[in-house]
Amino acid sequence: MGEKIAGLKVTPDKYVPHRYAGASGDFNPIHIDDEFAKMVGLPSTILHGLYVMGLVAKAATDEAGGDPRALKRLSVQFRGMSMPETEIEVSGEVIEADGTDVTFDLIAAQGENQVIRNATADISYP
Amino acid sequence: MALKTDAVGKSWPAHEYEIGREKIAEYARVIGIDNPVHFDPEAAKDAGFRGVVAPPMFVVVYAAGAMGPVLFDPDVEMNFAAMVHGGQEFEWGEPVISGDLISTTTTCKEIYPKDGKGFYVFETESKNQNGELVCRATWTNIVRGIEE
Repeated sequence: MGEKIAGLKVTPDKYVPHRYAGASGDFNPIHIDDEFAKMVGLPSTILHGLYVMGLVAKAATDEAGGDPRALKRLSVQFRGMSMPETEIEVSGEVIEADGTDVTFDLIAAQGENQVIRNATADISYP
Repeated sequence: MALKTDAVGKSWPAHEYEIGREKIAEYARVIGIDNPVHFDPEAAKDAGFRGVVAPPMFVVVYAAGAMGPVLFDPDVEMNFAAMVHGGQEFEWGEPVISGDLISTTTTCKEIYPKDGKGFYVFETESKNQNGELVCRATWTNIVRGIEE
C-alpha cells in the first residue's frame, strides 16, 4: 500500500483543446475561442476536463503495462480549471491490492491547482 | 430558479455510433497514447483483439452523442450558463474494436439540490452489436445558483 506509481507529466500546447475538440466532438467555445473564454470571465481558453481525465486513464494504464484491457473502472471529481501551455502532472499511489487487482488513487494538478482529485482507478494486471 | 426534477427516471432512445479506425487513432494521438494496438490492425490482432482497439476513454466519443440531446431535453431544463462537469465514472467491459456498432442509452438517475447547487446524475450504458456491455458511465453535472 502507498507505493507511488510512475505517473506522467505533459505540457499541452495551445492547440491541444482544438485537437481534443476535433477528436471528441466537444466544441464548447470555452475550450477553443479565447475571446469567448475571456467574455465569460476565464483567463483564457481552458482544457477539456475529459482530456485531463484521459491523461489520468493513460497514467493508470501505463502503470499496468499499457494494455487497454487493464483499466476496469475510473472515477474522478473535477475540481478546477486547467490551462494549455502549463505542465500537468498526474501522480498516484496504490490504495488497495488483491493479487493482480489493484486500486490507485490519482491526482492531476497544474502546480498547486488540483484539477482532478479523488480519482480512483481499478486495474487488473494482465 | 427552483430545481426541476421531472426527468428523474426518464430514459432516452439509444444512440448508435460506428467505431472508426482513424477516429481511434485521432483520439489516441491527442492524449499521447502510442501503443500500436490503437493504430495497427496487425499489432492489435497479435495482442488478441479482433482489430484496432479503442483506448478505454474513447467512451467519450461514442457515448457523448447519447448525453448531448438529454441535456437539452425540456424535462431536464438545465441552466447551461451555470453548469460545470462535477464528476465522472466509467466501468469498462468488452473492448471496443474498429467497426463495432455501439448503442448507448441514457437514464436520469437523480436530480437533487445541495448547498444551493443542483446535482444532475445521468447513467449511460453502451453495448456492442453482440449485446455485450462495453461501458457503463455515470455523468454528474452541477448547476450553481438554484433555490432550495
